[in-house]
Amino acid sequence: MSDQAVDYHQMWADLGLDLPTHDALLGAVGQLFGDAYLTQDNRPAGMDYLNFVMSEVHGLRIKELDDFRKSGGKVFGTFCLYVPEEIIRAAGGWCVGLCAGAEFAYDQVEQIMPRNTCALIKSFMGFKLAKVCPYFESADLVIGETTCDGKKKAYELLGDLHNVWVMELPQMKREQDMAAWRAEIVELVHKAEETTGNTITAESLRAAIIEVNDKRRALQRIAAACAADPAPISGKDRLLATQVAFYDDVPRFTQMMNALADELEQRVASGEGVTPKGAKRILVTGTPMALPNWKLHDIIEKAGAVVVGEEMCTGSRYYQDLVSESADTVDDMLDDIAAKYLDINCACFTPNDGRIEDVVRMAQELKVDGVIDYSLQFCGLYEMESHSVETAVRDAGLPVLKITTDYSMEDVGQLATRVEAFLEML
Amino acid sequence: MRILGLDIGSRSVDAVWLEDGRIVDWAVADSGFDPGSAATDFVGRDAHDAIVSTGYGRHAARERFGGSAVTEITAYGMGASALFPAAAAVLDIGGQDTKVIALGSGGKITDFEMNDKCAAGTGKFLEVMARALGFSLQEMADAALAAESGVAISSMCTVFAESEVTGLVHRGEDRRRIARGLHESIAKRTLGSLKRVNARGPLVFAGGVAKNPAMVTLIADGFAGEVWVPDEAQIVGAYGAALSAEGSGGG
Repeated sequence: MSDQAVDYHQMWADLGLDLPTHDALLGAVGQLFGDAYLTQDNRPAGMDYLNFVMSEVHGLRIKELDDFRKSGGKVFGTFCLYVPEEIIRAAGGWCVGLCAGAEFAYDQVEQIMPRNTCALIKSFMGFKLAKVCPYFESADLVIGETTCDGKKKAYELLGDLHNVWVMELPQMKREQDMAAWRAEIVELVHKAEETTGNTITAESLRAAIIEVNDKRRALQRIAAACAADPAPISGKDRLLATQVAFYDDVPRFTQMMNALADELEQRVASGEGVTPKGAKRILVTGTPMALPNWKLHDIIEKAGAVVVGEEMCTGSRYYQDLVSESADTVDDMLDDIAAKYLDINCACFTPNDGRIEDVVRMAQELKVDGVIDYSLQFCGLYEMESHSVETAVRDAGLPVLKITTDYSMEDVGQLATRVEAFLEML
Repeated sequence: MRILGLDIGSRSVDAVWLEDGRIVDWAVADSGFDPGSAATDFVGRDAHDAIVSTGYGRHAARERFGGSAVTEITAYGMGASALFPAAAAVLDIGGQDTKVIALGSGGKITDFEMNDKCAAGTGKFLEVMARALGFSLQEMADAALAAESGVAISSMCTVFAESEVTGLVHRGEDRRRIARGLHESIAKRTLGSLKRVNARGPLVFAGGVAKNPAMVTLIADGFAGEVWVPDEAQIVGAYGAALSAEGSGGG
C-alpha cells in the first residue's frame, strides 16, 4: 500500500479501454463512494481495507490480474453465483465478477437491446460497449448462465464482442435437474482445463473448495455479528464486503474479512454499534446489487435505520451454504459442488419456497423491524416473486415495503419519502 | 407553545400555526419556481417555538429553518386522524403524487402506498388534461359531472394520455365525456391502491385534488365506506406536521 498515486493509464490503454470515458466513470464512482461511504460515522477500522480496495478498484487489482495473465494465468469473468469458483480455481484460474451496477452507455445499449431490459443487463452491456470495464477486458473467458431470458439473449449479443461460454442452469430442483446440472459442472471442468491448460486433481479441487468455503465462512461471521443490537457495521459496509468478494484475491480477502469479523465480534461484546441501540433494523431482499449499486442502502441508512441483512445474491445467497469438505475423489467433490450450487434459492427456480423460508428465517434471526423487498424494474422473476415474499413476511407479523427501481437517480427523492415513511410507521 | 407546520409540496406551500393543539392560523401559496421563498415568508410572518416540515421540500426546509421533518405519509396520517378521529384511511392526491394510507387503532399508520416515479393520476395530470381540453380545472370537473358516461381512457401516463385526449378531440368526441373518462381513470387507479392497502372507511380524502367535486363523487361512488373531505383539504399535511412536534398539545 504505497502512498504514491500510481498512474495506470498505460495499463488501461493496453487493455483497450476508452481512456477519457473510463476516467469519467472512475470520477463518478469515486464521488458516489465518497458520498455514500466516507460520510458514515463510526465505521469499523477493518473497513480501511475495503476503502483501499475501492480506491484501487480499477488499479492495483487489475495490475494483479495483468501480472497473473503475463505469467500464463487465465482470468474468468462471471456474472452470477451459479458459476462455481472452486472449479476455476482448481484449474489454476482466477474468477472475477464483472461490472454491472451502474447506468452506463445506455444509448449504445439501446441500439441492440430493448429499452425495457433490466438495469443489470443494460449495465454490463454498456460497460462492454463503452470499453470501460477493465475486468471485462482482463477476462480470457466470460462464463454466462441461463438464469433469466434477458441474460440468455444478452450473452448471444455479448458473444459477438467477447469470448463467452454459457452454462445451462435448470429451473427446477428435481433429480433429473440435478443430473443435468451435474453434467454442466463436468462441462465446466473441461472448459476450465482447456482454457488454463491445467488438469483438475483431487488435491487442487479440495484445496479450492476449502479456500472458497473459508471466504464464505468469513462473510458468515460478519453477517452473524449483525444479529446484535446495536449492529456493529452498517449495511452499506457489509454489502460492500460481499460485492468485493466477487473479484478480490481470495486468501487475502478472507484474511482481511476475518480480521474485520474479529473487530465486529469485539464491538458486539462491548455493545458498540454503528448506530445507537434501538435504530430501526431492516432486512433487504430481492435482486442482486452489483458494485457500485448502493442506492437503496444509502437511502435507508441516511434515514437513520440500519440494514442488518441482505437476502440476495450480493448477500446471504452468496455465503450461507458451504460445499461439503468430506469427499476424497474428484467425482464426489463434483457431486458436492453440484448439490451446493443447485441449492441456491434464486427466483429463476420454480417452485422457490426455499427463498421465502430464508427471508422469514433471516428476518427473525436478525430481529428486524421490517423488510424491504427490492426488485430491479423489468426483472420479471423477482418482481413476480415479490408477492409471495410480501405475503409470507406479513404472515410472520412484519411489515413490508416493496420497491421497484433501477440504477438511475431520478427517483431518489420519491424512494426516500417511501422509505422514511416506512421507518416512521415501524 | 406555538408550532409552525410547513408542507412544501410540488404545487403549493401550506402553513398551519398551532397553539395548544388548535389551529390558530393557516395559509397556502403557490410553490412556483422558488418554493423556498414562500416558505420563508411564512416562517417570518409570525413568532413560533418550533417548526416541523413535510412534503418534497422537507429536508431543504429543515436545513434552512431548523426544527424537524416528517414525511407526508406520517403528516397526512396524523392530520387526518386529528380532524376525524374515526378515520380508518386517508387518500391524498397532491400535485405530483398520490398517497393512500391505512390507519389502525389510535390513528397509527398500518400500511401505505405511493405512486411511482411519474405524475400519473395526480393533480398535475388533471392540469395537463384540462389544458388539452381547453377547460379550467373547475370547468373540467363540472363537465365530468354533467356527462352521463365517460370515454375509456387507456393511458395513465400523462404524456400518452394527452396524445390520447388530443386524438379524441380531433375525432369529435364530446369534451364532457372525455373529462369524465379522465376522472374515472384516476378514480379507478386510486381505488385499486386503496384496495391494496386494505383501506376501510371512513376514508379522509385530502390534498389539492380533494377540492375537485368530480373526483370526490367518483371516489365516493367506488369506495365501500364513507368518504369525508375536510373543509381545507390542502392543509391537512401542514396540520399533521405541526401535530407531530413534541409538546404540540395535539396527537
